[in-house]
This record gives sequence, structure tokens and C-alpha cells, in this order.
Amino acid sequence: MSNGAERLRRELMIRVVREFKKGTLAENIDRMPVAIRPRHSEFSRCCVYHDRAVLKYRLMALMGCDCRREDEDETKPLHEYLKETMSDPVRPERPLTVCAAGCDGCPESRINITTNCRGCFARPCVFSCPKGAIHVEDQHAVVDYSKCIKCGKCLQVCPFNAIIKTKVPCEDACPVGAIRKNEFGVADIDFDKCIYCGKCYSKCPFSAIMERSELLRVLEALKSGKKLVALVAPSAQFQFPGGIGKLFSAIAAVGFFDVIEVALGAELTTENEAKEFIERMKKGEKLMTTSCCTAYVELVKRHVPQLLDRVSDTPSPMRYAGRLAREKHPDAINVFIGPCIAKRLEAAESEEIDMAMTFEELGALLAGWGVDIMSQPEWPIPRPAIVTARNFAKSCGVTEAVLNELLGESGDIKLDGKFFNGIDAKSAKLLALYAAGKLPGNFLEVMSCEGGCVGGPCSLIKN
Amino acid sequence: MIDLEICCGTTCYMLGGAALLELEKALPEEWRQLVDVRAVPCTDACAREDLGRAPFVRLNGELIANATREKIYLRLSELVAAAGGEK
Ligand code: SF4
Ligand code: SF4
Ligand code: FES
Repeated sequence: MSNGAERLRRELMIRVVREFKKGTLAENIDRMPVAIRPRHSEFSRCCVYHDRAVLKYRLMALMGCDCRREDEDETKPLHEYLKETMSDPVRPERPLTVCAAGCDGCPESRINITTNCRGCFARPCVFSCPKGAIHVEDQHAVVDYSKCIKCGKCLQVCPFNAIIKTKVPCEDACPVGAIRKNEFGVADIDFDKCIYCGKCYSKCPFSAIMERSELLRVLEALKSGKKLVALVAPSAQFQFPGGIGKLFSAIAAVGFFDVIEVALGAELTTENEAKEFIERMKKGEKLMTTSCCTAYVELVKRHVPQLLDRVSDTPSPMRYAGRLAREKHPDAINVFIGPCIAKRLEAAESEEIDMAMTFEELGALLAGWGVDIMSQPEWPIPRPAIVTARNFAKSCGVTEAVLNELLGESGDIKLDGKFFNGIDAKSAKLLALYAAGKLPGNFLEVMSCEGGCVGGPCSLIKN
Repeated sequence: MIDLEICCGTTCYMLGGAALLELEKALPEEWRQLVDVRAVPCTDACAREDLGRAPFVRLNGELIANATREKIYLRLSELVAAAGGEK
């Protein structure tokens, strides 16, 4: 468990699943925020009422709603949202929303001189500042904010660690400057810029950035006896206790008709991506980049469009796995389960995928349903995916798999692989250099998450 | 031997048990021979309202709710001290 926000989010999901299973969700959902934060309980924000308000929005996001239409949101009871969700077949178009009631409107990032300052004789801060923004008054350093450019040089030189730089966690985490305060001083996402990497979601300590979930649609489909197939992303192997054999049995125990490894799709991605690479190189192209990370593809589309032609056209493992599932069970509903927010977007745009869930939601589904993974039997996986395909989940995994595939068949074409292990604020600039042919390498693997999908924003354990 | 059972049933695992499983490696050297750490499946404590919140661990059979590393360490140090006293 990395923090309290995460814990509360998961507890709430588990509660919702339990109520749903009992058939009492519609009847109890309006009371849920009060039941979790009764009048004299402990609270995490300023008071129980604020906690309850945020819990209401959290429940709305869990039902897939956009939480940004405040005034209507406040007056409409939760059971009405629930009714709408259950009867509305349209999937949430954007997987993220900001809960204004949850956002603390964190103060703008700035340099602060703390009481640790001793107004020393050497005053290295004054000397290190390139803008002359620091002077000492009454034995205490003072910053002139009209001059400060927040470069942080003073931070490094103070012998007493008296200077700190405060930051706005979401803005600081966003690699593309898509999240900013709106005119009311709360965070808002510019969806023309957002690449759905989920970094703001992971970093907000108030948990104000929420996923618009499809969990309740999955639950409803399960309850109404529809045929659901779970497509489980390769990183699951590092996420749940007991290995994927037990996990797959647990998924079947809640009513999924079949469970398919997305790693089988990764095998097809590898095979075709290797072929595509050879073809492109033969045509005289200088560079091909991977396409399996959705957040990366969105980054290219929105911020480095000149690189788009270099992005592989080979479908992602999720989509190939979806095709395998369609062949095997043409009448079933395909549910992708992974650690990723961006995949929700890709899933919504893919014909092969009907719903998307996260590992966190899967864990909550199993917990709320009362399915203990550890006590499940091993699921008979008809043909386990090969190791290199399962390793797609890790950074460099794609390159390794493609290299392996190319062994002996690439003739005089040599793969020269380069990696982006995680996207940050500098990535777009670097990618532009790749697009301009200014950097070495002919095969570029980019994963938005550090470590690859195993470090995904909705993974259960962060390694 | 002190018996430390860490629940890795789904609910406990989700709500913090996963991190507690790492505890064994983090135990101080002197405690290691004294404590038997085991991961156990769900004991249904999570399904009851009266026992407190997950994650659960059991120390010599005594149930600890809302278990954290700190809580476990605290109780363990008492048990270790008591065991030392008996010798
Ligand atoms: S790009 Fe990533 S960090 Fe920025 S707003 Fe979108 S999801 Fe959040
Ligand atoms: S690295 Fe994986 S989990 Fe992270 S955004 Fe890309 S596809 Fe999603
Ligand atoms: S999961 Fe730990 S007691 Fe049920």
C-alpha cells in the first residue's frame, strides 16, 4: 500500500462490488458516503462533510460519469446516476475526470525560505542566484518573486537545507503541460493535450483526478448472464498473489466465461512488428518506433505529429488478443484487464475490445465477490504464451522480443534499439530530434511508464 | 517460535497485505530465527464487520486488524522480549 488515498479508493470499490452482489447497491448507494464518514468519525479533509462530498464524486466516477458539471452533480442523487449508467450502453469517451471538490488547489510552485535559514555570513544563496532575486533582511534570506525563475540553484547551495521548492504534484508530473488550474483555482485537464498517461492520477495526494470506470457495466453484464471473456495483460503475473494460473481461475469464479492471456496477442505483435521493421528498412526508412504503448502513441499524435509516420502500424497486443477472442467466442463481450488508463481510450476506439478494466478494479471485483485467489485451483492454460511475449510488460521487453524474432532472418539489416523507459517533460523534444533523424538508432521503443506496463498507473503493487 | 501469519487473501492483499509480505526480508537479524512468517489464505475476517479493517495478520493466533509494519513491529518486540525473559 503506498498511501491512504489509494486505500480509500480500493475500499470504496470493494464496498460497491459487495453491495452490487447482494443486490442492494441501488438502495444503499445514496447513503454510502454517510456510512463511510458518519457524523463523529475521523475525517481526512477538513470535515466529514467535505469527505462525503468527495466520496459522492468518487462513486460517480466509478459509474463512469464526468465529475465536472458541478451544480447539477450536487443535487442529483447517486441512485439516479446508477440508473443512467446501467441503461446507457455508451462508454465514457474520456477515461479521466477531475473532481473539483477533491482538488486542494495547491499553491503555485515556488521557492520558499524556511526557518532553517540562519542568515549565514557566506550567503551562498545570494551568490548563486543568476537573477539576483535573493537578499538578506534581518538575518533571514528573502526571495523577490518578481525576479525568481525557480531554477533551484539556491536550493543546492544552502548548507542548512533551508530552501525548498514547493510543487503542484499533478502539474509537476504531467509530461505535456495538459493539467493546469482553471479560473476557479482548481485543476482541469486540457483534453486536446492530454495523452492519458495517468501520471497526474498517480501523483495527486488528494486523489482528485479520477478514472471514469466501466466497473459497473462489467458487473451488470456479469449479473445478466452475458458471456464475458477476460483478456488479461501480461503484467498481471507480477501483480497478484499465487501466479496467473490461480488468478485466471478466480476470474472465472466471478462468472467470466473464458480467460485469455494478452501475451498471446503480444506474440502476434512481435511477429508482425519484426516483419514490418524489415520491410520499412528495406524501403530505406531510417527509423521505426513501437506502437504498443497507447500513451506514447497519443503523445506522438498530439505533440510530435512529424514522427507519426515512423510509428509502427502493427496493432497492439490488446487488439490482437481481442481478435483471438473473437475467433474463439464470436458472441462474447471482450473485457481487457490491465494496469493502464490510456488503454481505456484505445479500447474504446477498438472494434475488438468492448470494455476495459484495471488491475485495481479486478482486485476489488474479486475481493468484493469473496473470491480468494490463493485458494483457487490452477487454471488449465491451453497454450501458455512464450516468455518474450509475457515480458512485453517490462521496459525493453518489446525490443527483446522483436530481436529474438529477427534472429537469423534479417539478412544484413541490423536492429539498433533505443529506449525511452518512461515519458517525462523532456520526451517530446527528444522525440522531435528522432523525427528529424538527428539521433542514432533505427528501432525506438517508448513506454510511458517507468519500467514499462509493470509500473502502470493502475497496477496493484508499484515495484 | 513466534508465529506470524500474514493474510494474502484478495481483500487483505489489495488493502495493504501485499506490502506486508515484504516484511520477512526486513526483519532484524536477531528476530529472524525467532519468527516464523507465513502467507495464509483468507480467514474470512474481512467479511465480518466487527473485527476491524483489512489487512489482517495473526501473531501467535492473536488477530491484528488494520495491520501496518509499525503495529506488527511493536507487538513483535513485546513477544520477543517476553520470549527472551522465559529463557
Ligand atoms: S497527460 Fe498524463 S499527467 Fe497530463 S493530464 Fe493527461 S493523464 Fe494527466
Ligand atoms: S507503459 Fe503500458 S501501462 Fe503505461 S501507459 Fe503505456 S501501455 Fe499503459
Ligand atoms: S482477505 Fe484477509 S481475512 Fe479475508
